[in-house]
Amino acid sequence: MLRLEPRREPSAVMRALSPALAVLLTLIAGFIAFTLMGYNGALAIEQIALAPLLDPVRWPDLLIKAAPLILIATGLSIGFRANVWNIGAEGQYILGAIFATGAALATWEMSGRWILPLMLVAGAAGGAAWAAIPAFLRVRWKVSEILVSLMLTYVSIQLLYYLVRGPWKDPQGFNFPQTRMFSDSQTLPAIIEGSLVHLGVPIAIAVAIIAWILMSRSLFGYSVRLVGMAPQAARHAGFSENRTIWATLLISGALAGFAGALEAAGPFGQLVPQFPANYGFTAIIVAFLGRLDPLGVIAGALLLAVTYVGGELAQTSAGLPQAAAGVFQAMLLFFLLAVDVLARYRIRVGGPAHARAGA
Amino acid sequence: MAAPPEAPPLLELAGIGKSFPGVRANDAISFAVAPEEIHALIGENGAGKSTLVKIIYGVQQADEGVIRWRGAPVAIPSPKAARKLGVGMVFQHFSLFEPMTVIENIALGFDHAIDRRELERKVAQILSAYAIPLDPRRTVHTLSVGERQRIEIVRCLLQNPKLLIMDEPTSVLTPQEADRLFDTLRQLAREGCSILYISHKLGEIKALCDRATILRGGKVVGSCDPKQESTRRMAEMMIGAELKTVARAARAGGGQERIAVAHLSHPAPGHFGVALKDISLSVRAGEIFGIAGVAGNGQTELLLALSGETRSAPDMITLDGRAIGAFGPGRRRRLGLCAVPEERNGHAAAPDFTLAENTVLTARQRLGLVEHGFIATAKTRDYAARIIERFAVKAHGVSALARSLSGGNLQKFIMGREILQTPDALIVSQPTWGVDAGAAAAIHQALVDLAARGSAIVIISQDLDELLTLCDRLAVINEGKLSAPLAISGVSIEQIGLLMGGVHGEAAQRREERAHAPA
Amino acid sequence: MSTTIVISIIMTILIAATPILLASLGELVVEKSGVLNLGVEGMMLCGAVCGFGATVATGSLLAGFLAAMAAGVATAMIFAFLTLTLSANQVATGLALTIFGVGVSSLIGKPFVGRTVGRLEPLLPAALSDHPVLRVVFGYDILVYGAIALTAATAWFLTSTRPGLILRAVGESDSSAHAIGYPVIAIRAAAVAFGGAMAGLAGAYFSLALTPMWADRLTAGRGWIALALVVFASWKPGRLLLGAWLFGAVATFELQAKAMGATWLAPEFLAMLPYLATVVVLTLISMRRAGAEGSAPACLGKPFATA
Repeated sequence: MLRLEPRREPSAVMRALSPALAVLLTLIAGFIAFTLMGYNGALAIEQIALAPLLDPVRWPDLLIKAAPLILIATGLSIGFRANVWNIGAEGQYILGAIFATGAALATWEMSGRWILPLMLVAGAAGGAAWAAIPAFLRVRWKVSEILVSLMLTYVSIQLLYYLVRGPWKDPQGFNFPQTRMFSDSQTLPAIIEGSLVHLGVPIAIAVAIIAWILMSRSLFGYSVRLVGMAPQAARHAGFSENRTIWATLLISGALAGFAGALEAAGPFGQLVPQFPANYGFTAIIVAFLGRLDPLGVIAGALLLAVTYVGGELAQTSAGLPQAAAGVFQAMLLFFLLAVDVLARYRIRVGGPAHARAGA
Repeated sequence: MAAPPEAPPLLELAGIGKSFPGVRANDAISFAVAPEEIHALIGENGAGKSTLVKIIYGVQQADEGVIRWRGAPVAIPSPKAARKLGVGMVFQHFSLFEPMTVIENIALGFDHAIDRRELERKVAQILSAYAIPLDPRRTVHTLSVGERQRIEIVRCLLQNPKLLIMDEPTSVLTPQEADRLFDTLRQLAREGCSILYISHKLGEIKALCDRATILRGGKVVGSCDPKQESTRRMAEMMIGAELKTVARAARAGGGQERIAVAHLSHPAPGHFGVALKDISLSVRAGEIFGIAGVAGNGQTELLLALSGETRSAPDMITLDGRAIGAFGPGRRRRLGLCAVPEERNGHAAAPDFTLAENTVLTARQRLGLVEHGFIATAKTRDYAARIIERFAVKAHGVSALARSLSGGNLQKFIMGREILQTPDALIVSQPTWGVDAGAAAAIHQALVDLAARGSAIVIISQDLDELLTLCDRLAVINEGKLSAPLAISGVSIEQIGLLMGGVHGEAAQRREERAHAPA
Repeated sequence: MSTTIVISIIMTILIAATPILLASLGELVVEKSGVLNLGVEGMMLCGAVCGFGATVATGSLLAGFLAAMAAGVATAMIFAFLTLTLSANQVATGLALTIFGVGVSSLIGKPFVGRTVGRLEPLLPAALSDHPVLRVVFGYDILVYGAIALTAATAWFLTSTRPGLILRAVGESDSSAHAIGYPVIAIRAAAVAFGGAMAGLAGAYFSLALTPMWADRLTAGRGWIALALVVFASWKPGRLLLGAWLFGAVATFELQAKAMGATWLAPEFLAMLPYLATVVVLTLISMRRAGAEGSAPACLGKPFATA
């Protein structure tokens, strides 16, 4: 029988080590699971977790996949710190793309350097506006932001379908459900000649670093952390919980929307029904993997980008379905949550688990 | 009422020891409780009383030592086993379920299913046999703390215990309620049930108990017949040093008014709160004003209203003549009013922040710990270090997490954080709750010194002795209403007790009548 | 409107309400014990795919539903181990469970995509179940009746039995329950297992009764709606029935409008309706409760560590 014994102070060593341990356990469990399902387990794991790292040709791809994850997860990590559970980032991401596309279609046949920034700002505004709905309902009537933000994700997907099949359908698109291709002024420039690595990559990293400074050094970051861990102490300190809910939802919504705009103006270059790529949900895993710390989020995003790219590789080489990467990611989060306990408790084997009562 | 000497003791402990990481909670503890005896276990907070009774009740297991029950060694692996043996316990923290009825709560106290009607009959029997006033149909959240304690007592009595353990039972009672409890306990002892009575209030132990075992630092340091021993001698055994008294300069009477509360009313926050009703008080510079009362009568709500966590109409609260009722805590602090709530972990301090980070919580406005929106880390560390030094806080430096401190040390840190800001007005709730005597004396001295500098201080406390030592005047809060202030010189405990309980009793009766009225 | 249409609308509502009702009944019991399991959608998907697989393999619907419940319990036990034994954050673990369920169901279900099985038939003989009028009462499969009976049983269990009383006590104050001597973790684990079984059953209702075929993510967020329903019902089983029927009505409206080729509203907007309705209903219920904290169990979502 396992027994948990709380540590007086969380172990810093275990906190730092636990993500590595979680990755290791996930590799082992993944190997077992994929083998049991009749796939070549060793090959599948090698393809999902290692191949993208070893092959320099894949590196740009990793960066491109990591950029939206970094942006969204940075925003989510700020909210989660405050116990504000925005799990509808996918919807805000889609709204960001919709707003950016709206800006692109409105500036159709125009050109100029101002168009792209306009699209990005529109995207951030769209994401923030979508997140403002759960923020308002939570602050005004205590409606669960978890359920509202998630319901709005389903709504946003339908909105996307409607737009690309209806009013925004490309008139020259042979009736395919998609918008016009964006013009040169409307697409992100590549920053590495000859690759697809776009401006969004350095922007995402910069955003994470700024967020890290804000969260660890500023009074705002302090108030967010305090509201999350001790709401009563936060009220005593004079911080407003409602303002924190608004701020964290708007920030995470804006960053998700911004990521959507970058993705639309970058890799996609138009809006299509296949736009939703689950980044908004994967970013939840990234945020936890990064210990709700923006610098950790960068590392977590790169790690999950590996599983995304590796998942695609394993599809062709090991015949693994696309969903395998999702299972792999979820297992990673399970194991992370499980090993996290090592930072807070010592695990003792045996002995009765009687505890102080009423104390 | 001691049993004949040849009978074996009901309960005997021999060499009981228990350790927690870093603490030796119990060390070679031996003593015995005779049948029909009311036995006191006295000791300060942290002396090891709670651990010991949890071992007897099977909540925790001793590392070494033997427990004998009627002369035979027994193992008590769980509370269930203790109850089977005939041990009942009333904890200081009640194990009750707020939204459920009294009878449901009593049913949950049984280890087995019991027929509802049968239970109601038994409960009615006990309530009348011991003259305990309690309505089994009421919901717990409508009950006073005293009534809640009675549920716990009834739960125990239904098991026909041979030994009843009471853990600090009077800390939540008015003096009159305490007297009624003592009558019940004496009746129980007469009927053959031994009582193990845990307390640090020596007066009531003298009044109630046949024998006393005194604990200090996890060890038995003495035993005595409390009816024979002097209170002072018992106190010195308990504390292990000669008693110190708070040094207090002669009062510069009649400073100018600093805090004034005028007709402050506030609706109850949520289901379980208390409404504040037309509260008025005034505290002058250099004055310490006490607010006495039984827990749960609006103390928490009053502190929140004074600190700014709940707002009121602007002129309901004034500081140096300025209406601050509508300001939040930050703005009030900037103007000179600081507050210390009762709950340390999670209210006065954030347990997972370091001590340095915890200074930002309430000292940032007055000490400039935040510059251009960023936290001045060096300044926070300096201030935390100063508090640790001046208030002798035991901690592993300024980077220790607040949760790693013992209750008393954290309280010293929090009090230091407010006092070293030299606020013009300070509101403190339970300044020495759960703090050992040495630290309590230091905190009391710091409060007196702060008042001597011209600050106005309000102390909300359930510890009457504390208020009587420190305050110039005090008032009693009951069901959200505050009595007229009384000067300490010339006030009697009985008078305060009546204020704490008199109104309360009437109101409780009214509530009961309403509950009985046909719907 | 002719009687036939009215009858068919009523029947569609009751059938559409059934899986939501099953899943939310399970979650209600879980939440009453003080645990918030956000992984309902994931457990439903696992149940749906395992139930479908078992039926494909054995040809037996009973085997399918049993397998679905087992799968639901198995996934719920992952959640129980993480949140109850290791006291991990319940919100994060619930989300992980949903992501896991989406992935696993799609992985396991890959060979089944597009396959069909014989659907769950009405319980009663054709004379009753196909009767043009009486079928409104007698024309349903066993789970439609079962879900309603279970609602009554759950209400009775919670209010009138001793285990129900203990379950509620654990949800209201885990520390008090522990102090008295109740095994808090074990009681909560049992509740979570029940929640998993019900979610699995609900999932299988999608793949074996509603649309007897397999498609990725075929529950389409209904697990989340079941969670919302528990809030809507203020943790009272009777009101779940009302909420589930309300939801069934919205879903039926969507179907009917599509079937009648309503052109005034694009199909995408019709598809949004259940989700928008959920947000609106949640808001209305919260507005009514504003101020008083309402009837949420006091320990909901808070971890309980015995040391």
